[in-house]
Amino acid sequence: MGKTISEKILSAHAGYAVKANDIAVVDVDLAYVQDGTGPLTVRQFKTMGFTAVPNASRRMIYLDHASPSPRRELSNDHKFLRDFARETGVILSEIGWGISHVVALEKYVNPGDVVVGADSHTCTGGALCAFATGMGSTDIAVAFGLGKTWLRCPETFKMRAEGRLPKGVYSKDLMLHFIGLIGAEGANYKAVEFSGSAIRALTMDARATMSNMAVECGAKVGLIGIDDVSLAWLKLHGRAPKQLPDLEPDRDAVYERVIEIDAEKLKPTLSCPHFVDNTRTIDDVERVRVDQVFLGTSTNGRIEDLRIAADILKGRTVKPGTRLIVTPGSREIYAQAAQEGLLQVFVDAGGVVTGPGCGACVGVHEGILGDGEVCVATQNRNFCGRMGNPNASIYLASPALAAATAIEGRIADPRDHVK
Amino acid sequence: MKLTGKAWKFGDGISTDHIAPGRLFHLRSNLPELAKHVLEDARADFAPNVKPGDFVVGGRNFGQGSSREHAPTIIKMAGVSAVLAKSVARIFYRNAINVGLPVIIMDTDRISEGDQIEVDLAEGVVLNRTQGTTHAIPPLPLTMRKILSDGGLVEHIKKHGGKLGLD
Ligand code: SF4
Repeated sequence: MGKTISEKILSAHAGYAVKANDIAVVDVDLAYVQDGTGPLTVRQFKTMGFTAVPNASRRMIYLDHASPSPRRELSNDHKFLRDFARETGVILSEIGWGISHVVALEKYVNPGDVVVGADSHTCTGGALCAFATGMGSTDIAVAFGLGKTWLRCPETFKMRAEGRLPKGVYSKDLMLHFIGLIGAEGANYKAVEFSGSAIRALTMDARATMSNMAVECGAKVGLIGIDDVSLAWLKLHGRAPKQLPDLEPDRDAVYERVIEIDAEKLKPTLSCPHFVDNTRTIDDVERVRVDQVFLGTSTNGRIEDLRIAADILKGRTVKPGTRLIVTPGSREIYAQAAQEGLLQVFVDAGGVVTGPGCGACVGVHEGILGDGEVCVATQNRNFCGRMGNPNASIYLASPALAAATAIEGRIADPRDHVK
Repeated sequence: MKLTGKAWKFGDGISTDHIAPGRLFHLRSNLPELAKHVLEDARADFAPNVKPGDFVVGGRNFGQGSSREHAPTIIKMAGVSAVLAKSVARIFYRNAINVGLPVIIMDTDRISEGDQIEVDLAEGVVLNRTQGTTHAIPPLPLTMRKILSDGGLVEHIKKHGGKLGLD
């Protein structure tokens, strides 16, 4: 019987043939935490009696959620994490260096790796065909201490998206459509393999958006096969693989479900409050007034996202009564956007550009919503209270839809704005 | 081990943002304080009134969202003896086992707010004393049973001399 991508990667890391539903102890290539989950990881690491971190150059601590720290308590958490990094040799990604998942794709994730992170969106690494998945703090403490974890090998759903995405429609819309189709727990405990001509046509940035949101339909990992696009990315970032592991799913691999999507038929899509699977196309959504537009995050804070938004905003202004916050995903992206003049476009339009990090996404700082306010955000979650206020509403959308909304001051159709 | 207490009902899709919201991010290293706000954004009356032994009874996809292990931890710290739900999000489920919080998957429509519940984990039954109904709990896979019976992942590692005892 043929193997899925997950079965291939987990077999290689267990040292024997692993098939769907087997539980295996596997070697971990990459493990990381962020500043929200890291302090508990370190405390658990110490409680379990670990002292050293083997393979520390493949373990990271990202200070990204509260970057820079807005409160004394969080400054102390940062201090605690910096001390641990110094003691153990774990790589410290300082404030302003960027969001864990964005930086991990830029610098560390390799095809065929097992990647575990104390952050649910660790699945972003699936865009480079790594078995990348989120876990809790204690699990990552064990991965730090032992270099191993246990995993149940998931059954796999195959998404096959064929055709070209229409103008004004992006991988974000494709992913929101998919989540709306199968539901927030539609792929709970499963792997998803994204395939088809519509996926192959996507850039790495656009692929990262898809894999990042795999967890929003419950999936453990969202895998995309390696091709010229991902190889070019790896080369550009100085880590072209000497030899690729076998990551092609076998022709006779067993899939629990195959979901076909006609990309040509897609429209700009939003997740409406307060659930990610509450999706509607722009044609079916009430064009409500919007207080805040937020462009950034591990979902859509990459250079291509900023370019798409800047293209729309160039020479235009944000509607009075609406505010625009732009938060680049990493230092590399921030520098690139500055060099290309994109940051200038956002500022000229009346927006504010913050330092790289998670920013407003998780409700810690830099864009907490007021009571009754409405936000259009490019992030991956719109749960009640997500952006720091349970009495506010969040719509999720593509960077293009967000930029169009900033101009019109109400939910807008990006197709009217894309040049 | 028998667990007894009353049922607190919650709807579908209770997220980790309901359980341990981002606006309280600064309390993550102060879990007793964070626990005072547990599930506050879903039901403000829960945290001040929950009694040791009580049950959190959810609907579908309980615990969806973030990997924050603080979520099951503070549910446990609030004295809750188990979470009962129709379905549970993957990471929350794994975290709950790691922190030693039992999670039981069952049709929770048959439980009403305030019902007196008794759970016998060893026997694998949920008894609803108010409604006079019983429900069998499907057994957990061996790996998870081992971790849960050791009292969570930290105790499991300690017990196995600093290793995973799952091979
Ligand atoms: S940007 Fe938002 S979703 Fe992404 S890692 Fe940061 S807090 Fe999580």
